[in-house]
Amino acid sequence: MEMLTNTYSHFIQHKHTHNFSVGVVAALLSKTVCMLSILLIVTYQLTYAQTLEVRKTGPIQSIKKAIQLAQPHDTISIREGIYLESEIIIDKPLTIIGRNNPVIDGQLTGEIITIQADSVVLEGVTLQNVKTSAIKDYAAVRISRSKHCTIRNNHIKNAFFGIYLEKADSCRVQNNRIHSQAKMESTSGNGIHVWYCNTMLIEGNQVSGHRDGIYFEFVSGSKISGNTSTLNLRYGLHFMFSNGNEYRKNHFIKNGSGVAVMYAKEIVMEENTFENNWGAAAYGILLKDITDSRIEKNRFVQNTVGIHAEGTNRTLIQHNEFSQNGWALRMMGSCEDLRFENNNFISNTFEVATSNNYTSSNTFTGNYWSSYTGYDLDKDGVGDVAHKPVKLFTYLMEDVPTSMVLIRSLFIDLLELAEKVAPVLTPTNVQDTQPSIHLNHW
Amino acid sequence: MNSLAKIVKYSFYDILRSWWVLLYGLFFLAITSTLLYFSGDFTKSLVSLLNVVLLLVPLISTVFGTMYFYNSREFTELLLAQPIKRSHIFLGQYLGLTISLMLSFCLGIGLAFVVYAGTLEQSSHLFMLMLCGSLLTAIFTIVAFLVSVCFEDKIKGFGIAILIWLCAAVIYDGLFLAFLVVFNDYPLEKASVGITLFNPIDLSRILILLRLETAALLGYTGAVFEKFFGTMQGTLISFTALVLWIILPLILFIRKVSHKDF
Amino acid sequence: MIEIKNIHKSFGKVEVLKGIDIRMEKGKIYAFLGPNGSGKTTLIKSILGLVQPDKGDILVGGENIRNNWHYKNQIGYMPQIARFPENLTMTELFRMTKDIRKSVSNEEEYIRYFHLEDSRKKALKNLSGGMKQKVNAIQALMFNPDILIFDEPSAGLDPVSHIKLKDLILQEKSRGKTILLTTHILSEVEELADEVIFLLEGKIYFQGSVPELLYSQDETRLDRAIARITQKKTLTKYKNAGM
Repeated sequence: MEMLTNTYSHFIQHKHTHNFSVGVVAALLSKTVCMLSILLIVTYQLTYAQTLEVRKTGPIQSIKKAIQLAQPHDTISIREGIYLESEIIIDKPLTIIGRNNPVIDGQLTGEIITIQADSVVLEGVTLQNVKTSAIKDYAAVRISRSKHCTIRNNHIKNAFFGIYLEKADSCRVQNNRIHSQAKMESTSGNGIHVWYCNTMLIEGNQVSGHRDGIYFEFVSGSKISGNTSTLNLRYGLHFMFSNGNEYRKNHFIKNGSGVAVMYAKEIVMEENTFENNWGAAAYGILLKDITDSRIEKNRFVQNTVGIHAEGTNRTLIQHNEFSQNGWALRMMGSCEDLRFENNNFISNTFEVATSNNYTSSNTFTGNYWSSYTGYDLDKDGVGDVAHKPVKLFTYLMEDVPTSMVLIRSLFIDLLELAEKVAPVLTPTNVQDTQPSIHLNHW
Repeated sequence: MNSLAKIVKYSFYDILRSWWVLLYGLFFLAITSTLLYFSGDFTKSLVSLLNVVLLLVPLISTVFGTMYFYNSREFTELLLAQPIKRSHIFLGQYLGLTISLMLSFCLGIGLAFVVYAGTLEQSSHLFMLMLCGSLLTAIFTIVAFLVSVCFEDKIKGFGIAILIWLCAAVIYDGLFLAFLVVFNDYPLEKASVGITLFNPIDLSRILILLRLETAALLGYTGAVFEKFFGTMQGTLISFTALVLWIILPLILFIRKVSHKDF
Repeated sequence: MIEIKNIHKSFGKVEVLKGIDIRMEKGKIYAFLGPNGSGKTTLIKSILGLVQPDKGDILVGGENIRNNWHYKNQIGYMPQIARFPENLTMTELFRMTKDIRKSVSNEEEYIRYFHLEDSRKKALKNLSGGMKQKVNAIQALMFNPDILIFDEPSAGLDPVSHIKLKDLILQEKSRGKTILLTTHILSEVEELADEVIFLLEGKIYFQGSVPELLYSQDETRLDRAIARITQKKTLTKYKNAGM
């Protein structure tokens, strides 16, 4: 935001010094009044920039033509109607606004809009029918090597890729609805695809029916918040090599494999919901090689696995709710220094599973476990007996996955009972020494 | 009404008069209402109920089956002196006992559910549980009858019937697990489907679990099971297997009984 | 009425009936005597179809009873021990057998005859042994069958009821019924039997009237005659064994 403001202030001071008040205000108040500056720019643009109208019955009937005619910082207003156009290239800073919901139909020929200029705004249009290809990643909108672009309130239907950002910087993707009906992973693309970008804001979008809902690779310093990603074939959110990002208040529901986050550090995930991700290889979230991160106040409900962690280190997992999952947690080898604090584990079939060579420095403290059978004699709200969340059967299943067929059989119940009385196989170092008797609140 | 129906009717009356079949129904009423009211989560209560059903229905059917067969021996002799076809007498007694056990089981669970006022989707899960419970009742009652007819000695017959129950409920699964552990290096998912089909308790457990949400967590094994049991064909095969568990012992029982001296 | 032709039956290795031939006519009472294990009950159960003979045929009213159950309509059976579903009442029991047999019955007459009017609604398990025996007798008699089989009918009956039952048996005989009787009470045999069939080790040792039996053993008292038969047999057995 800071950068954005400075850039605009600079721009205003140099090119429009006659507007004295703008320069003075910006110079004097810098960061704290950044919003005001933007407002003034808008005022400026309304005053000095031209608006071109694309209309089915007007002088300009094609979007491409309007772009050709427009000067930088002009506004193109597209009126209602269906425009059969594709390969639209925006190569100058323009504001394109749809009025009365115009539809741009790519007729499955190729990409619809490619943005190759900074400060482009695309708003209020419906983009549909993007070609599927095995060679090129065609998108409804592509932002390529540009800065400060905004894509908002658009509706993208039946696209191969929805919004594709490559080597872009400081762009915003807000409140778009991106829906497709992908059938196979190999012939489908991602809803929002971000590659080699910085400082992005992905907010309030709804994505469904793609391969991955939101895809990040080599992205840093970005915020992903308030998005809903459902019914995607593979992952609701998929990111790799993307450090220092924040994920807040997103919903990932009923995706083929849930959410996968890999090879990243300094991640913050807060108040997200991971729900109903069922399947042979589905997770609420898959953490692979994640370090120095924080996972807080999320809800993991009815997933095959709530959190599946591999090679995850120095991460704080606190105040999360895990309920009705198959496994609340699965920790494979080389997970170190994970701290599970004050989470609620409610009605999970298995609470914690670990790989059988598990030796670790992970800790569990103050979690609530609905299967806790201990007692609290001094009534301080902390159980007097440690809770051991790894059951014999969970242990067995890591070695012999097929033994799942015996789940809830009397034989297994008897084995569990025997193991409880005299533990032989289950790891003793996975335990919560201060289990909470009551549900944790935050 | 033919003589078979008459025998069913009178055995049924006779059993309904005794307190234990009522107690059996009341037990299920109590346990179901407790689970439904105190857990609040329908799926979870159903899973707990499943455990109870899989343990108790076969056990109680085995116990009642042997006890009824041995205790009604005198009644049987009275009927044998009457002009009725032999197979009808025994088939009638079997049906009389099975139907009354099924009825009190289903009514116990069903009543608790009606009072709880569950939804339609829930009732379909419940129906599945009732169906499997009823089939298990029929299976373990006929197995108990078959064992009883083979052994004159009451204690011996009772012991062997309980042993069979123990095999189906526990030992089979123990061997199953041992098999899976020993042959862990081979893909055993399909074999597991087969092994499951041969044990009515395991089969019922899988059929119900697959219909509850918890089913999907079975991992790859679960996926293979889902693929088999989730299809119409798989369901059909499963129920055929369960019904065969009734029919085959029943045929043996009728054959045995028609040559037996009293 | 009943023809038994060369019946053999073994239970396991024990040969219980070793070729029995009897012909039983209408209007006669046949008493089956013999020590324990001589095969009386097995023979009666064979006639009833409870036991299936290994060899030989039984014809009831000219019909072979093998794989047949319709002939049981002609038979009334009073077993040694009361055998009914315990939770039923007497009324329900009679209603059930009537329901099964679909023949005309006159149980009311017998209920009055045995003074059982007050016990109609009681569960059968709550009746005394003697009362159960009476119910048993009514079960056998109520359909007015052509053949009546009494297995130890007097067991548990008080003297008055015993006499009443004997009267009934004689009355049935006079109606031309074929009556089969096993008993250990020899006075009953002397009083009732037209013919005594003495079974010993699965064979008919003697068949004939009581006087004939006495004559054959050169005794005047039936109990002595029977004791003598049993002893003689035991002696021959020892001799055969080389003692």
